[in-house]
Amino acid sequence: MRRLLIAVAAGTAVALTACGNGDEGGGSDADVTVGLSISTLENPFFVTLRDGAEEAADEAGVELRVSDARDDAQSQADDVQDFVTRDVDVLVINPVDSAAIVPSIEAANDADIPVVTVDRGSEGGEVASHIASDNVQGGRLAGEFLFEEIGGSGEVAQLEGIAGTSAARDRGAGFEEALDAASGIELVSSQAADFSRDEGLTVAENVLQANADLGGVFAQNDEMALGAVEAARSAGVLDELVIVGFDATDDALAAIEDGEMDATIAQQPDEMGRLGIETAVSIAGGDDVEAEQPVEVQLVTADNVGEFAE
Amino acid sequence: MSALVRDQETPDQTGRKPSWRAVLDRFGSSGPLLGLLLLVAILSVLSPAFLTVNNFVNVFQQISVLAILALGMTAVIITAGIDLSVGSVLALAGVTAGWTFAEAGMPMPFAFLAGLGIGALAGLANGLMITLGKLPPFIATLAMLSMARGLALVISDGRPISGYPDWFRAITRFQLFGVVPLSVLLVVILFLLGAAYLRYRPSGRALYAIGGNEEVARLSGLNVRREKIKVYTVAGALAGLGGLILMARLNSAQPTAGTGMELDVIAAVVIGGASLAGGRGSVSGTLVGALIIGVLRNGLNLLDVSSFWQQVVIGAVIAIAVMTDTLRRRSKH
Repeated sequence: MRRLLIAVAAGTAVALTACGNGDEGGGSDADVTVGLSISTLENPFFVTLRDGAEEAADEAGVELRVSDARDDAQSQADDVQDFVTRDVDVLVINPVDSAAIVPSIEAANDADIPVVTVDRGSEGGEVASHIASDNVQGGRLAGEFLFEEIGGSGEVAQLEGIAGTSAARDRGAGFEEALDAASGIELVSSQAADFSRDEGLTVAENVLQANADLGGVFAQNDEMALGAVEAARSAGVLDELVIVGFDATDDALAAIEDGEMDATIAQQPDEMGRLGIETAVSIAGGDDVEAEQPVEVQLVTADNVGEFAE
Repeated sequence: MSALVRDQETPDQTGRKPSWRAVLDRFGSSGPLLGLLLLVAILSVLSPAFLTVNNFVNVFQQISVLAILALGMTAVIITAGIDLSVGSVLALAGVTAGWTFAEAGMPMPFAFLAGLGIGALAGLANGLMITLGKLPPFIATLAMLSMARGLALVISDGRPISGYPDWFRAITRFQLFGVVPLSVLLVVILFLLGAAYLRYRPSGRALYAIGGNEEVARLSGLNVRREKIKVYTVAGALAGLGGLILMARLNSAQPTAGTGMELDVIAAVVIGGASLAGGRGSVSGTLVGALIIGVLRNGLNLLDVSSFWQQVVIGAVIAIAVMTDTLRRRSKH
């Protein structure tokens, strides 16, 4: 039921945004400047998000300025401060950290610049709209698939993202929901690998070393899952180990096509970026926007990977 | 003794130089300062948003944490040492203060002191490892980099600790006369104290002697071990203070804060004219170095230069700044 409501809300939001765009078609948009503060462009996911945003900005005829905080909360505070100084019309922020972004959002509030958050949310300040994937649903879908693939019983491990990020929290929560619902599955290890491939490789090596009977790995993003693929390859268990990632990056989709990874969860970063800009344009045009705009996620396996790979 | 300290700007040396140069040299190293002025001039032409009071306040605020860490690092580098642990100690101090306030329920002033204290303690440990443990500074502080970061993650359980009293946040939010943030004022005061200490206090001047030639300094009666322990302890305490200011700015103590920051800090000190070989460096030069980094980042941001190119440009500026300074000095002798 809740899912249905969310879907309806999302649909309405998208429709509203689309209407907002239509109203703004008169060419007055050229005066609108949107500042987009991204957590890091060293991760392909956010590059795709940026590309979606740029495309939407081109279509709407608004000026888009992008900054990259390189995953550092302090840099992001600087970036947002610089945007406020330049007096952008709307800020679209993809926070490095949900708590640390609050003073920056409050500063934007003080300067009367509306804020839209994308992917990660903010724990405070006034946010006009938050756009994010349904990460809990994704974590659960991933878990359910993983447990089914290893035959309903056995040992699994989880590679966690950066602690404290809402993505890590929600994906973990969804995975745990699936874990609670399953019987006969034992979570033998759940460790942070900080969303990075390097760390994913190291942690997965250690986990494989310590758990010879491991049936599968759920990584809270694809970069870590691809690290786990390398670890499984060097341990000689790549064929047996079920590896499920999250994000459906190009590398992960290729790995699923090659049979190295078994599944991933498709978020739609380009859609998030697009929706972020469209929402910003609506706000600049004086329209109301939905406070929460969830973006659907989907399970990608060898069966349907063709639909996602370019 | 004078042979040891020939590279530092002593008052009687500068007195004999042409007047404008004397003024610049008295302020610090003229090379970096001219570079900074040039940079400001170029950016003012390129970006209309750059040359505004508001933006300068931004730049100062953005470098305040970097500058405070760089102040301690200047003293460390003058003694021919290095402190790689400052970024991690910054995080450890923030998280310790956050834990003391939010988890242990102590009052915030106490938490503040706990943060400063743990920073000083980490610095003291560095100093002891280097002097008593005979570890090279690079190794000792590399070890502390890992230990402090690990402890920060242990204490916070990997999660940011957020939510502090308003007066604490006012350190970065309150603006004196409506313009100057308190954190900036703090930086100015600390740098004046630091400059006075290095210039006028015997133990401040001793740092140059130690960096010039440690053995000779010891033979001429300086307590090298004590001075070094002091320098690393102060550097740790300043890193702790930086962590507390960052925490006030973000309203959140982040266990991953300041990752890789030691490199920015070292860059600021070196751009400011200090020599990693020791015996040379000044507090005013370091402030200019930190400003060059801050102005560059801010200016490139305003100009919409992609962050990837920003890294390239900043690297090039570090190389050019140090090269011109070295060549200039060589031609003077």
